[in-house]
Amino acid sequence: MIDIKVNLPLDEKTALSLKAGDSVYLSGTLITARDAAHERLSQCLQNKEPLPVNIVGDVIYYVGPAPAKPGFAVGSAGPTSSYRMDKYTPALLDHGLKGMIGKGDRSHEVIQAIIRNKAVYFAAIGGLGATISKSIIKSEVLAYEDLGTEAIQRFWIKDFPAIVVIDAYGNDLYTIEQAKYRK
Amino acid sequence: MRTLSASEITKTVKELCLKANYEIGEPMIDALNKTLKDEKSPIGQTVLQQIIDNDKYAKFERLAICQDTGMTVVFVEIGQEVLIVDGDYNEAIHEGVREAYKDGYLRKSVVKDPLFDRSNTQDNTPAVIHTSIVKGNQIKIEVMPKGFGSENMSSIKMFPPSVGLEGVKRFILETVEKAGPNACPPMIVGVGIGGTFEKAALIAKEAVLRGVGNPNPHPKYAQLERELILSINDLGIGPAGLGGTTTALSINIEYYPTHIASIPVAINISCHASRHASAIL
Repeated sequence: MIDIKVNLPLDEKTALSLKAGDSVYLSGTLITARDAAHERLSQCLQNKEPLPVNIVGDVIYYVGPAPAKPGFAVGSAGPTSSYRMDKYTPALLDHGLKGMIGKGDRSHEVIQAIIRNKAVYFAAIGGLGATISKSIIKSEVLAYEDLGTEAIQRFWIKDFPAIVVIDAYGNDLYTIEQAKYRK
Repeated sequence: MRTLSASEITKTVKELCLKANYEIGEPMIDALNKTLKDEKSPIGQTVLQQIIDNDKYAKFERLAICQDTGMTVVFVEIGQEVLIVDGDYNEAIHEGVREAYKDGYLRKSVVKDPLFDRSNTQDNTPAVIHTSIVKGNQIKIEVMPKGFGSENMSSIKMFPPSVGLEGVKRFILETVEKAGPNACPPMIVGVGIGGTFEKAALIAKEAVLRGVGNPNPHPKYAQLERELILSINDLGIGPAGLGGTTTALSINIEYYPTHIASIPVAINISCHASRHASAIL
């Protein structure tokens, strides 16, 4: 695997250049959202209300971080399972979201929306919350503060480790790699 | 009769919550190192090394191994010659959880009501408490912060006896395959077979607590565990679900006598951050 440095937010040229299986180090900014925030964002879109944060061109990281110890930007902050967001994701991608970081399989509808919008789905490795937190250098709550760990935050990241799992062409690394070792 | 203050229980539960969330323990590190040598997938090897590094860093820095510090499951065995004084037993446990999750920078992941009020209780209580009375004059407390990435992938089914051993094996493999990358493999697969509906689920959770390297003492169940670990690892799911030969580190089966009409089978899945810590008072 070759390690590729990628800057966020993700531009279309970069999105199209990434291939399933690429090992990437992400730097720049992203926003966090998981179950409850997705439900609220989806409600906004359905009611044609403005979103409380601009997601156009951004990448969403599915995470509910642990509280930060004094002197740390965040606590443990690994990915949560992405399938729970599948119901809401196609609408967010059609609205301009450019990528997601999470873990686990996505639905057929999400993969189609990724292709349609030239977006990228990255996996971070589940259960590496402590080491992943080292690559998050600053955090700020942007919306839904009442949701606590589920609030939408902006993260400033440097060399955040991830793998391209579903690329803009719909190739799915989980399927490709698992098939090699299945007996 | 030995008396024990409820505050001792609170103090112990707090310490165990912190320890379990920061330290995965040597048996798991050893198991990960061992499987790293055997893993065939290059990506799988990288992931296993990252897991080991994460577990060591979490212990060193006293950070949560995983941000999902779980719903706190507490198993307590109370010796029948112990009298708990100066406070409410259940509340003493909840208070230990409350203090640990607040003081230890652990995530509060519990909502008040599953359907009608999904607001956070803000202190990770209530814990799920399983108490049993045993002989003797000691109290054993075991704390298990249970993450829900893998908990959500668990399953239970009540089979007719005609389904037999083959049907049970098939259900276990199907459940592990469905769990896939969501359960943060390499997994610990806890299986409870027999009893009633709730007994099967409870012994499946106890099976997870056996961790790595503790086969069932019954030779036939030990044999079944040895056979199933091979079948599970042949699924190809691999570390983090990115393909490979290590899908589970262990499958632990517990059994219990059951009714003439049934084979209850519960499968409780744990991620590689299978955390637990115990103490005896």
